[in-house]
Amino acid sequence: MGSLRLRNIRKAFGAHEVLKGIDLDVKDGEFVIFVGPSGCGKSTLLRVIAGLEDATSGSIDIDGQEVATVPPAKRGIAMVFQSYALYPHLTVKDNMGLGLKQAGADKADIEKRVAKASAMLSLDPYLARRPAELSGGQRQRVAIGRAIVREPKLFLFDEPLSNLDAALRVQTRLEIAKLHRELKATMIYVTHDQVEAMTLADKIVVLSAGAIEQVGSPMELYNRPANLFVAGFIGSPGMNFIEAERLGDPGAKTLGIRPEHITLSREAGEWQGKVVHVEHLGADTIVYMETEKAGLLTVRLFGEHPFHPDDVVYASPDRSLMHRFDADGKAIR
Amino acid sequence: MSKARTSHLRSASVHLALGAYTLIALFPVFLTIVNSFKNRNAIFRAPLQLPGPESFSLIGYQTVLKQGDFIGYFSNSLTVTCVSIFFVLLFGAMAAFALSEYRFKGNTLMGLYLSLGIMIPIRLGTVAILQGMVATGLVNTLTALILVYTAQGLPLAVFILSEFMRTVSDDLKNAGRIDGLSEYAIFFRLVLPLVRPAMATVAVFTMIPIWNDLWFPLILAPAEATKTVTLGSQVFIGQFVTDWNAVLSALSLAIFPVLVLYMIFSRQLIRGITSGAVK
Ligand SMILES: Nc1ncnc2c1ncn2[C@@H]1O[C@H](COP(=O)(O)OP(=O)(O)O)[C@@H](O)[C@H]1O
Ligand SMILES: [Mg+2]
Repeated sequence: MGSLRLRNIRKAFGAHEVLKGIDLDVKDGEFVIFVGPSGCGKSTLLRVIAGLEDATSGSIDIDGQEVATVPPAKRGIAMVFQSYALYPHLTVKDNMGLGLKQAGADKADIEKRVAKASAMLSLDPYLARRPAELSGGQRQRVAIGRAIVREPKLFLFDEPLSNLDAALRVQTRLEIAKLHRELKATMIYVTHDQVEAMTLADKIVVLSAGAIEQVGSPMELYNRPANLFVAGFIGSPGMNFIEAERLGDPGAKTLGIRPEHITLSREAGEWQGKVVHVEHLGADTIVYMETEKAGLLTVRLFGEHPFHPDDVVYASPDRSLMHRFDADGKAIR
Repeated sequence: MSKARTSHLRSASVHLALGAYTLIALFPVFLTIVNSFKNRNAIFRAPLQLPGPESFSLIGYQTVLKQGDFIGYFSNSLTVTCVSIFFVLLFGAMAAFALSEYRFKGNTLMGLYLSLGIMIPIRLGTVAILQGMVATGLVNTLTALILVYTAQGLPLAVFILSEFMRTVSDDLKNAGRIDGLSEYAIFFRLVLPLVRPAMATVAVFTMIPIWNDLWFPLILAPAEATKTVTLGSQVFIGQFVTDWNAVLSALSLAIFPVLVLYMIFSRQLIRGITSGAVK
């Protein structure tokens, strides 16, 4: 109960085409994340699924049912917004119960479901308060609670963590992961933060400029990116791209090597270069170096390493983990 | 140190300017009220003096209350003003919501068309309006005045409210839609409370010209039963003799209802602003 099927979804605002033919299948109980740079159409796609925006063409099936003519409230979905979007004049309890009340559920049932959701999210002490009297993290939990109470087939999250500070973001992320395990519900989650995507998703959908670049599990995307865009977007710090010509590889246009797949040595290695900048993060050391053969490289080393700017070092890539791309940016396998 | 001093100086000069402006603005009101309690001789001999034991007189108020149906005029003015404000706010807000919320062909053009009335005075259409009212048999009814004042107030209301409604979060309205609220519920329960300060502003701007208007009551509803306060006071101003006691008393009385209405709206205005600040 909670599968989703999108076929050739297109959406244009006037002459500006925002979604350019999206095909996607989401299985029941899956946690799917849409990730992509700002303005690529993630929110628009989510609003189309919710029925808040009509697609210009294409079909949407929820649970095998075509929903083109079904209003948002009847699609069996719940949505959590980036700006919380709580009703300012209602208490936390009424905020969570409004959807059920509108659907005509009886009072005892609403009471029970709100109590269950509030226990899940530790919102009990705040039930009588209004949104203005809550902190940002509490407001987002209320917004999540409002979604849970509806017991939807499909949860839609639109960048729910981007207004929270770093510590709260990690905590709420864990909470959402826990929620997904407990509710076993289908969830679609939009973010521009690839760390959120990697940590939460069963399946990641990478979008760019209104089109799907690749769909796959986090590790698939990391290990086998389908093209330059995905290769550069997934992983932090981003992959190093080197013109294949410089390294004498006539079969490819661009070569990619992740910063963590390069080793550094002071004595000998493939590419000689000079350290430009070093970032010490404790667990990692990030070294930026200018090499003659491969240009500017980012290298990620585990643990602490006493490199300094202007040190002469040698970098050696792990050839077996190198990615090759053709002139169109597609991966060569 | 010197920074603190200059800011003192600045705030003192600001207060001085505001105080002076308040004095200038309130002086005619003060003069009207003071002189309405004096006898005719005292008004002309020493207009700036406060009423004393021998100059005090309620003759003006007595004339006003005896001559004509002043209570009736008051209730006419109040009815016309309140009902017009109600319709201006209701229809203005609805039009503004449609313009700011829904994408349809000719949206911008429609918005411009609805705001055009801000620049074109409705009095230019007096003859046509009068003909229309005669044709529909609405002459000498309060309905005629209410219709005209609603039309007069709408352009500004649509203009101000649609700007404000654009600032109401889309997410909030969408959350309402997902929870199954109808578009009417979203309008009345989510959007209207959030634009209350703007509604109060529109109400104040709409109210004053209606209350003070002489033109349309004189042309559309000059009958005894439908006279407004402004029109009713005119009986004391003659071409050759003017009963100043009565004029000043009538004006003093006419100030209070607007003052009360204004206080109601401005309280709303301030409450709206502060509740926005802590959200
Ligand atoms: N209501 C709208 N009218 C016109 N253009 C819109 C509207 N909503 C979104 N867009 C455009 O669609 C594009 C994608 O927006 P959005 O889906 O919000 O991106 P994302 O959520 O990925 O950051 C943007 O270029 C934006 O300007
Ligand atoms: Mg977005």
